[in-house]
Amino acid sequence: MTPLLAVDAVSKRFRGLVAVDRVSFSVPQGVICAVIGPNGAGKTTLFNMIAGEFKPDGGTITFGGERIDGHTPDEVCRRGIGRTFQIVRPFPGLSVEDNVVTGALLRRSEVRAARLHAHDVLHRLDLFDKRTLPASALTLPDRKRLEVARALATDPKLLLLDEVIAGLRPTETDRIVAALRDLNRETGLTILLIEHVMRAVMALAQHIVVLHHGAAIAVGAPEVVVRERAVIDSYLGGEAVA
Amino acid sequence: MSLLRPPERGRSMASRDRAVPAEIYLNVAVSGILTGLVYGLMALGLSVIFGVVRVVNFAHGELMTIAMYIAVVLFSAFKLDPLIMLVPIAMVLFALGYALQAGVINAFITRPEHTQFLLLIALAIIIVNTLLIIFGPDAHSVQTSYAFDSFQVGKLIIDATKLYAAAAALVAATALFAFFRFTDTGTAIRACADNYAGALTVGLDVNRLYALTFGLGAACVGAAGTVLVLIIDVTPQVGPVYTLLAFVIVITGGLGSMPGSLLGGVLIGVTEAMAGLIFTPSAKSMFAFAILVLVLLFRPQGILGRKIS
Amino acid sequence: MMAQLTEGVSRRALLLLATLLAALLIAPLVVNDYLLTALILVLYFAYIGQAWNIMMGFAGQLSLGHSLYVGLGAYTAAALFIHFGIGPWLGFLVAIPVTAACGAFLGFLAFRFGVAGVYFAILTIAFAEFARIGFDHFAWVGGSAGFFLPVKQYAHNDLWLLRGAPAMFYYVMLAATALAFIACRLLLHSRIGYFWQAIREDERAARATGIDTFRYKMYAVIISAVMTSFAGVFHAFYYNNLFPEQIFHISRSIEFILAPIIGGIGSLFGPLLGAFLLETLAEGLREVLALLGVDVPGLRQLFFGVCLLLVVMLLPDGVWPWLARRLRIKESKR
Repeated sequence: MTPLLAVDAVSKRFRGLVAVDRVSFSVPQGVICAVIGPNGAGKTTLFNMIAGEFKPDGGTITFGGERIDGHTPDEVCRRGIGRTFQIVRPFPGLSVEDNVVTGALLRRSEVRAARLHAHDVLHRLDLFDKRTLPASALTLPDRKRLEVARALATDPKLLLLDEVIAGLRPTETDRIVAALRDLNRETGLTILLIEHVMRAVMALAQHIVVLHHGAAIAVGAPEVVVRERAVIDSYLGGEAVA
Repeated sequence: MSLLRPPERGRSMASRDRAVPAEIYLNVAVSGILTGLVYGLMALGLSVIFGVVRVVNFAHGELMTIAMYIAVVLFSAFKLDPLIMLVPIAMVLFALGYALQAGVINAFITRPEHTQFLLLIALAIIIVNTLLIIFGPDAHSVQTSYAFDSFQVGKLIIDATKLYAAAAALVAATALFAFFRFTDTGTAIRACADNYAGALTVGLDVNRLYALTFGLGAACVGAAGTVLVLIIDVTPQVGPVYTLLAFVIVITGGLGSMPGSLLGGVLIGVTEAMAGLIFTPSAKSMFAFAILVLVLLFRPQGILGRKIS
Repeated sequence: MMAQLTEGVSRRALLLLATLLAALLIAPLVVNDYLLTALILVLYFAYIGQAWNIMMGFAGQLSLGHSLYVGLGAYTAAALFIHFGIGPWLGFLVAIPVTAACGAFLGFLAFRFGVAGVYFAILTIAFAEFARIGFDHFAWVGGSAGFFLPVKQYAHNDLWLLRGAPAMFYYVMLAATALAFIACRLLLHSRIGYFWQAIREDERAARATGIDTFRYKMYAVIISAVMTSFAGVFHAFYYNNLFPEQIFHISRSIEFILAPIIGGIGSLFGPLLGAFLLETLAEGLREVLALLGVDVPGLRQLFFGVCLLLVVMLLPDGVWPWLARRLRIKESKR
């Protein structure tokens, strides 16, 4: 079966600095895949290329069987990829509800229908009670959930989450991990996430890609990958993994 | 309320004759270069302000008008030649700019862009109309003893006033370059421009440096205005025209590039002069705007500017 | 339709609106001609303010060259009337594609090439200035000497040709302003309104949410331009004379933005309130000056400048949000 997302030998250079170096991996439909690696490994750059923020210098990105490298971010979203930003970017002057309605309007032309869908999404991410608040009034954990809600409202087939757990307390981490797991299980939503918090990665990921200095140094099931010498040396260091 | 470019004195426009002798073109071009250098100094002030403080000074031309009126008043009351009053007037404008930045504008640095523009537009309106109330709408001018002198170099006839004005502008611009290049404060200001957070980390008093920069920008424009009265008549409406021109020059020459401002100024000065000669005087601005649009589209960093990501 | 229009609007707000509308409807019967002229001006600026607000308040694109569209609308309608005897309403129909094309051109240049923020504002100024200088040399419409519509004494109002008493013009402008208000409300609460606001708030995030920002920004510019052109048509037939120096002048563009800024960008009532406030204060100023026997050119403009300064410094969101809080009216969308 063809994978939902196929990244093939993708590279990106910024004026002499190689940010992403011929990275290849694929994400089957319905799987939760995590991209991990030390800071500066190229994870967000990779994401930005998938999401259409920049064009790769080499290689191809295929989604649902069609090439998407070089497409604009809005085209990529229309194709079915939703994304969150590492530093959250809500629409600050709009209410929580309106933020999500904006996402829901991608595939609905009627505001009424969009609002109904938005409510569903808000319930799922436990933000329904705060829907009338302006987005600027939310705490960071809530903003992160809002970011996910807004992306989710666009009815994506693939959700790109960029460090959505970083900065959250353990209880919040567990909540969002549970919400994502439920989403994946109930709707078959494919998730590709960048994450530093190993607790969340091990709890969620069925598949891991490890980046270091822009290159993929390990790809596979979590238990296997975290035991690989190269990975331990480069990233996990002395951190013991049970 | 007319926004037509104030008439230049001392040189008449060539007739629309087919066979215009080559000397006329040369003279007009040189005239354009000289005036352009003064424009360049004015634009330099804007570039410095925008490059460092990142505030769009919509009141730039209006500040210049203040300087021009001061020069006019000093000349008519005390017969003081603007060239001599260059430094004092520049210092007055420096103080004004410093006070404006420190007192009013600084609070707006963190506000949304359009709020900053509106603040400066409001200041511009206030300045223009205060001057209108004080001096009235009629043109004022400065006629020095050498107003109609000229130098002859071969077939070239150069206006004395334009030459002196351009020379003064060059001196002022050089002084500014030297300041930024060779003094500690100048370096500190450049550091602020390059990296705001870094500058704070190193302990620079950014607010004070911003005020200083605005003051310097205002001083530039004060110096430019003081010598510009030798070339054009001043009315309160002159302000907005030159604000716009300053923007065209800065954008064309390149934001963040001091030589770029002078280059842009000369380019616009020559273009305007030639357009006035070949077409009609009132079409002068159109060419400046056409250049602006082309630059904005194809080379937004300007001729000498650095690409800002 | 009525239900959709009033959905989410508090009763207080509706009451306020109804009272205002009633007052405006009977105004010509109770006020003198001078005040009527002032009211026409208020509505004129309120109307343009709303059109401008679509671009700035909703979509976040700062235009400082809206005089371009007023001028184009005015000249198109005037030229058709003077040269071909075509009435203003048909003239407006022709002005629509003309201004739409102009706005589209400006928008295309700007948005295709990533011209934004201050550069975009300067581009809008440049276009208006181009028009000002260009029309000065455009002999077919009078050039710098001016373009004049024939004025005769009419015994009755001719709505088709827009010739008649001030009261007729008043009702035309009132209808236009009311329609504009309804249109803005519908737009703001529709899909396009949400997308505009998203673009205004954070364009990059808007793109990531699937919004084709280029297209929607173009819509904002074009709709705003076309709406504004009607004011130009009105201007031509109300004042009966057109001069490029005046109608395309940057001062006009600045005047247009004063009302929505002072009233409150992005809100529906903002431009209306702003226009009323400004004109009332200006009239008050005029009375005071007349009383003192002072007649100084520039004082009125200085006054507007100070108002703008105060609003920008103290009430950056405009007077309306502050007033709405006091009156405890919640506008369901900002």
